[in-house]
Amino acid sequence: MNTAAPSLADSNVEELRRQLRACLAPDCIIEDSESQRPYECDALTLYRDLPLAVVLPENVEQVQQVLQICHSLSVPVVARGAGTGLCAGAMPHPDGVLLSLSKLDRILDIDPLARTARVQPGVSNLSISEAVACHGLYYAPDPSSQIACSIGGNVSENSGGVHCLKYGLTVHNILALKVLTVAGEELTIGSQGLDSPGYDLMALFTGSEGLLGIVTEVTVRLLPAPEIARVVMAGFDSIDAAGDAVGAVIAAGIIPAGLEMMDRLAIQAAEDFAHAGYPREAAAILLCEMDGTHEEVDQHVDEVAQLFEQMGATSIAVSHDEAHRELLWKGRKCAFPAVGRIAPDYYCMDGTIPRGQVTYVLNEIHRLSEHYGLPVANVFHAGDGNLHPLILYDASDPLQIRRVEAFGSEILELSVRVGGCITGEHGVGVEKLGKMPSQFSAAELGQFEDIKYAFDPALNLNPGKGIPILKRCQEYRALPVRHQHD
Amino acid sequence: MTERSGLLDGDHSEAILAALRSAREQKSAVYIRAGGSKQHIIGRDCAATELDVSAHRGIVDYQPQELVIAARAGTPLSEIVTALAAENQCLPFEPPLFGGKATLGGTLACNLSGPGRPWRGSIRDMVLGVQMINGKCEQLNFGGKVMKNVAGYDVSRLQAGALGTLGVLTEISLKILPRPQKTLTLRYAMPADEAIETMNRCAGKPKPLSGAFWQDETLYLRLSGAASAVDSTALQWGGDTVENDEALWQELREQALPFFAGDEPLWRFSVQSSARLVADFGPMLIDWGGAQRWVRGDHARDQLNSAALDAGGHVSLFRGGDRESELQPPLNTAAQRLQQQLKKSFDPDGIVNPGRLYSWL
Ligand SMILES: Cc1cc2nc3c(=O)[nH]c(=O)nc-3n(C[C@H](O)[C@H](O)[C@H](O)COP(=O)(O)OP(=O)(O)OC[C@H]3O[C@@H](n4cnc5c(N)ncnc54)[C@H](O)[C@@H]3O)c2cc1C
Repeated sequence: MNTAAPSLADSNVEELRRQLRACLAPDCIIEDSESQRPYECDALTLYRDLPLAVVLPENVEQVQQVLQICHSLSVPVVARGAGTGLCAGAMPHPDGVLLSLSKLDRILDIDPLARTARVQPGVSNLSISEAVACHGLYYAPDPSSQIACSIGGNVSENSGGVHCLKYGLTVHNILALKVLTVAGEELTIGSQGLDSPGYDLMALFTGSEGLLGIVTEVTVRLLPAPEIARVVMAGFDSIDAAGDAVGAVIAAGIIPAGLEMMDRLAIQAAEDFAHAGYPREAAAILLCEMDGTHEEVDQHVDEVAQLFEQMGATSIAVSHDEAHRELLWKGRKCAFPAVGRIAPDYYCMDGTIPRGQVTYVLNEIHRLSEHYGLPVANVFHAGDGNLHPLILYDASDPLQIRRVEAFGSEILELSVRVGGCITGEHGVGVEKLGKMPSQFSAAELGQFEDIKYAFDPALNLNPGKGIPILKRCQEYRALPVRHQHD
Repeated sequence: MTERSGLLDGDHSEAILAALRSAREQKSAVYIRAGGSKQHIIGRDCAATELDVSAHRGIVDYQPQELVIAARAGTPLSEIVTALAAENQCLPFEPPLFGGKATLGGTLACNLSGPGRPWRGSIRDMVLGVQMINGKCEQLNFGGKVMKNVAGYDVSRLQAGALGTLGVLTEISLKILPRPQKTLTLRYAMPADEAIETMNRCAGKPKPLSGAFWQDETLYLRLSGAASAVDSTALQWGGDTVENDEALWQELREQALPFFAGDEPLWRFSVQSSARLVADFGPMLIDWGGAQRWVRGDHARDQLNSAALDAGGHVSLFRGGDRESELQPPLNTAAQRLQQQLKKSFDPDGIVNPGRLYSWL
């Protein structure tokens, strides 16, 4: 996939560039394709394209001007945070402008008493926690990409992390947004309180993949940093046993801060990479973290270690200090790059399944792996059922690309079939657009489409991503919204 | 389905669909009613023909180990609470049961959550999926029974607080949590300002705080969680231990405390938890660690609105007063237009709960 010829009339492209140059400094517009290369894709490199222009506004007014210009010329706009997305959500549109929010990277305000921070969208996830650590606070959602990914991107994908069973996703940890509509109108949604009047636009915007508006400011909720966290690592000689042990922890009334599973290939790759002390021979390991006050963590660590033993763990390690805890997590947190070392490329899937189905699903994935002749390493947010099979392949082989896509697609259909969904946290983007009909009926997709029209009637925000536009019969479409507000 | 008598409890989604279709054909509208516990509170009075959905009830799926329950929207919350208690689980958002009349659907539509809300989330936070029939008479299923799902827009959470104006909710699945091992309440005598500051300072500590409310010059802090953590925190924080505290939090949740008695208008402020309320609107009850505050009486709407804005939030007329007037604060033009467009995307002909949320919705 590469640059398609712009379908905008050349004169309009010139007009677009002229107007952009008038409002942005020269080093904030990138027009030549060589300099645009770093922006051609997100972290899902299978999908690439180049835009008419990449713009890097330095303040909200400039973002607004860019939107107004694009609106008046009817040019598509694709927002980009840090470009760590895994669904090609930030892939440029060949007839559009790629709007990078990376220069809006200031923390505007921290309120330690109310436990909130007001930040610009380009601020990285981790830097929020670093900035508020001196107040004993942190921002809970912690995607593994947290060093790099932006809070604007997190909001747009409703990102999670290894701690979301206990602390929730992005949607549970933000209070208010400032957004610009496709026409460049400013809106404040949410409030400093815990709810706001009218429809809950916070819910709608979170996870909307840049299709409804551009996020220009985020107020996040902060939590008190726990007194202590400790992790129990246990090896099992079957996926089955590990899956049952997860159920046993929940049944004991314990909500761990994090509960992760890895299978053999993932364990071995991670161990070679991080030397975390994982049992290389185990079929699966569990990492179960408890956090809270010293007393409750000690109590729960003992209970969980005992449970794991009863459930047939073949090895158990309990973190004895902070350095050891970090080491035990290091293998998990580096699992993606670790797997990246054992094959030229990997394709990360993101289905969510009911926890009870994990054995069945992992066995099916192994069967498919043999069928397609492509190895799979599984990393699993076991606490909340979010599975990340990493399929190993070689992107220089077109045949393997076709096989990896077919394999991935079967995994997503499998997730839906057992009562789950096609994406737990990485989003739909371009990648899973074709899979939406396996999870949603035509009427449900039609409802999504109508919501899109309510915010962006001309379909200029991140077109071709997130929700399929079905091009249904024009009359039907005209009825609900489309032509009523023209 | 205008009356419940004679209808067996169970799946009545076909009948609901038929009723909506006929309303749409006749260009009329319906007011969705289940338990009736909130008919004259929270929203504006709705004159449309009543559509009784209370027979559409029953738990359809409960898997304690998945931490998920799904039930038809007309299911009384009390039934759900009882089923969960048998497995030592609970609805973490502690909704009011309103004498057993409150239903799951009504509670989501009103986004009603009790004292634990700032710590353990609201019903909006816990909802995983909904099945609904929109104003276009389409049966839709969003979200599901898994904890994480980011495919498509989050239509399930959008139903929280929409007061049924986007369609009839038919089934809802929720995340649930284990019941805390121990709960204990501490009491301190102090004025409102000091209480607000204390609530917020305590909420910033990594301790098992699960409730913080103030009335009659008294601050109440509730601790819940592992017994060891609750006991050690209580020892550190001092204060008097409240006997029979469960009843106290229940009365707060159910609005059964004397503060809530009588017909005087009841105003709800939803504000920044640490904000100082400058204007004086008479006696106040402060809940949600400072983020939800109640006042009574006839007050000028403008004064209430500007006090709420200063405090980073909004104020609405929860109960009593003129329920044909706007009960929610005004929105600016751009926001109002978006809300209307969103409504139209679900209910282009305005057949469900017209005017219940705003006169113009
Ligand atoms: C190694 C690795 C590990 C990862 N681990 C996790 C994980 O544990 N959990 C998880 O959830 N994700 C994870 N991800 C995925 C990714 O990091 C998240 O989706 C992240 O939120 C993307 O943020 P970003 O700033 O990079 O956004 P981008 O990739 O730049 O953009 C993502 C989407 O958001 C839109 N967007 C960005 N900014 C804005 C804005 N200001 N306004 C409107 N729309 C905007 C874009 O158009 C695009 O659709 C991982 C990725 C990698 C590479």
